[in-house]
Amino acid sequence: MQSEHQVPIWFFIGALLLIYGVVIFGVGVWHLVSPPPPEARVALYHLHADIWWGVLMTLVGAMYCVKFRPDGSQP
Amino acid sequence: MIKPLILAAADASQEKLLSMGGVDMFIVAIYFAVVILIGVYLKKFATTGDEFFMAGRKMTAWIAGLSFISANLSSLETMGWSAMAYQYGMLGAHAYLIGAIPAILFLAVVMMPFYYICRTHSVPGYLKLRYGEGSRALAGISFAFMTVLVSGASMFAMAKILHLLLGWNMNVSIWVASLTVAVYVTLGGLISAVFNEVLQFFLIWFGSLLIPILGLIHAGGWSGMMESIRNNVKVIHPTVSGADFTSLWRNLGSFDSNPMGIDWFGMVFGLGLAVSFGYWCTDFLQVQRVIVAKNLRSAQNGTVIGAVLKMCVPLIVTIPGLLGLAVLTHADGSPMVLVPESDPRAGITHQTFNDVLPLLMGKYLGPGLLGLGITAMIAGFMSGMAGNVSAFATVWTYDVYRPLLVKNASDRHYLGMGRACSILGVLLSIGTAYMLFFFSNILEFLQVLVFFFIVPLFGVVIVGMLWKRATKAGGFWGFLTAILVSISMWVYVHWFPEGFRPQPALVLQTVRSTDQPEVPVVVSKIDKKKIEGREKIDSVVVESGVVKATNVPIPSDAVAQDPTAAGTLVVQKEVALPSVIDLKSGKGVDVRVLAPSVVYAGSRETAKFGDDGVTVVLKPGVKVQSSDVTKHFVPAEFNPAHTKYVARSEKAKPMAVNMYSAFWTFVVSVVVAVGVSLFTTPKPDEELKNLVMGLTPLPDEGPCSWYERPLLWAALVGAVLVTINILFW
Repeated sequence: MQSEHQVPIWFFIGALLLIYGVVIFGVGVWHLVSPPPPEARVALYHLHADIWWGVLMTLVGAMYCVKFRPDGSQP
Repeated sequence: MIKPLILAAADASQEKLLSMGGVDMFIVAIYFAVVILIGVYLKKFATTGDEFFMAGRKMTAWIAGLSFISANLSSLETMGWSAMAYQYGMLGAHAYLIGAIPAILFLAVVMMPFYYICRTHSVPGYLKLRYGEGSRALAGISFAFMTVLVSGASMFAMAKILHLLLGWNMNVSIWVASLTVAVYVTLGGLISAVFNEVLQFFLIWFGSLLIPILGLIHAGGWSGMMESIRNNVKVIHPTVSGADFTSLWRNLGSFDSNPMGIDWFGMVFGLGLAVSFGYWCTDFLQVQRVIVAKNLRSAQNGTVIGAVLKMCVPLIVTIPGLLGLAVLTHADGSPMVLVPESDPRAGITHQTFNDVLPLLMGKYLGPGLLGLGITAMIAGFMSGMAGNVSAFATVWTYDVYRPLLVKNASDRHYLGMGRACSILGVLLSIGTAYMLFFFSNILEFLQVLVFFFIVPLFGVVIVGMLWKRATKAGGFWGFLTAILVSISMWVYVHWFPEGFRPQPALVLQTVRSTDQPEVPVVVSKIDKKKIEGREKIDSVVVESGVVKATNVPIPSDAVAQDPTAAGTLVVQKEVALPSVIDLKSGKGVDVRVLAPSVVYAGSRETAKFGDDGVTVVLKPGVKVQSSDVTKHFVPAEFNPAHTKYVARSEKAKPMAVNMYSAFWTFVVSVVVAVGVSLFTTPKPDEELKNLVMGLTPLPDEGPCSWYERPLLWAALVGAVLVTINILFW
């Protein structure tokens, strides 16, 4: 599947997770700085799941992007 | 796996469940942009037939395994089986345990060598090699037909769900998603489909895993969730409140001791053998994902990886369904009751079982995370369509077009046909989706399509693989007879020789037309009473408007024909319609009242309700459109007098009947294939080389590390499966 001239699928996945992670993390931080009104908050809002889930997605995405970057470093 | 019906009676008046913001839309838009970019990029890697149809047979074990399991992990699957877990408790997890893992391991260890070594392009291709052209044509045409129908149903389901959840226009959803799939599958073929399936796998997990994590924190851990379930099912499922919702096997001793209405025999031999082995071992959509691996070891390891991933799916499907029983509550802390689609309150005053996952998404996922969850859902639908379309293009080109229509054309010609078929497949899917706008009950037929074709196919394929004496005639007649028996059994359990009369019903709804002013149903009084802990509508007084009555007798002395509208009656003097209709058998059946939109006299406030056993009083001037309906063939209903012969008990519920039907279909396919073979001449051994056990030497793929051995991992996965079943016995 991964010919030597083909960008690995893992890179595409990493890039998408990285973008999504940064966006979700950004939204989480924004809500930390400027909290929505109580009636607009989701359950367990105080856990700020968007921040740590965004960080996790960013880290996984970045790891895949670096490890599978299309520069010939991967077989 | 079986796709649970999740759309049946969704009501157009239902308010949308979720609300997306700008950041959520941005996340969805990014996904569409990325998949189209991937398709455009991959076009240059799909320049030959082998690359387009078989992804160049270069897939690694991990990609094969992820794609294998992703092709099955559609949004219908996640939403539908979450609803199943809400309805049936832990029993819903069987679809991912005994209903999948033994079959996947069997495919990896026993069947994969034959598929791989004979270098077939498809499962029908294997039938051609083993049994000849007749069986291949039958399998190829039925499979092509089935993929288009399933793909169209998936599109229709996506459009309807997005409309109900988010208020999106159904036409826009169908066309945008379908054209996106057309672009990337037509350009990149199977490579593109596989890329998107792997991408979808990550999106589904990152988009869904937060729900069980947050839900379990909210419920106080696993034990807290179980305790809440035990308390809440008495209110949520009062008719089966004594059943155990938290075990896998303890409650399968008889048909009426569990909420699924099935016994252990049906679960093991219906789901675990016939349905599961048929689906995982011979559905080409699944098998195609792993037979294109770069070597046999990768194909086998990829399949075992698929089994491991499949066992993890209950985390994001079954647990959310169970959480629905535990954490979905009203503001006062009482459990929120979701109802089946057939319940009169469905879509009017109550959400349905199928809404359990979206409700949890709305409860726990804020802006951004909600967009990710919706993107995962859309990705699931689109990759499901892409998988079907690429499989359709392969089977049509290799198993119908090439052997039957144009035999000796160039590879370039068949590649062109594959691309054209991809577009054709998408267009046919769109056509099917629009057909479902008008014939949505066809979805009920699609659910059982897998039993009609896949289970018979498995019967003859396994006989052919394991028994060299099986003949061309045995394979063909075993396959055809089992298909016919399967269809006949399905007709039989839905056939009512005495006639089936739908439940008496009264519909109170505003009449709308383009050239007439709206005619609302005006009610002056709605009486309620409390029965078994729930508030029930007792009687309703209708002052004016149009009432549609089905199988409800209207006293002739109280009405007259409406001179302005044929077939419509006008109430002349006040009449109270009965809340229960007595049948010839002496039993009484409740009158169902559905009121999706009525107006209160005086205040002009709107209201909606639905209930059974309601007395409706009609005041003079109310119009009644009355009809009397009796049917003999009803796909949505099972005739207990007939199901007892198929599923061994009148108490068997629909799921049990389907499982037993699949089991008998499998038995028929094997018995006929073996029986006919005994009286016909088999192929000589040299023609069966690489096709049958005992005549297929496994290729030497060189030495490998212990951790690369498929048999070792298959044994480990089998041990984990047994452990899970014991733990949750």
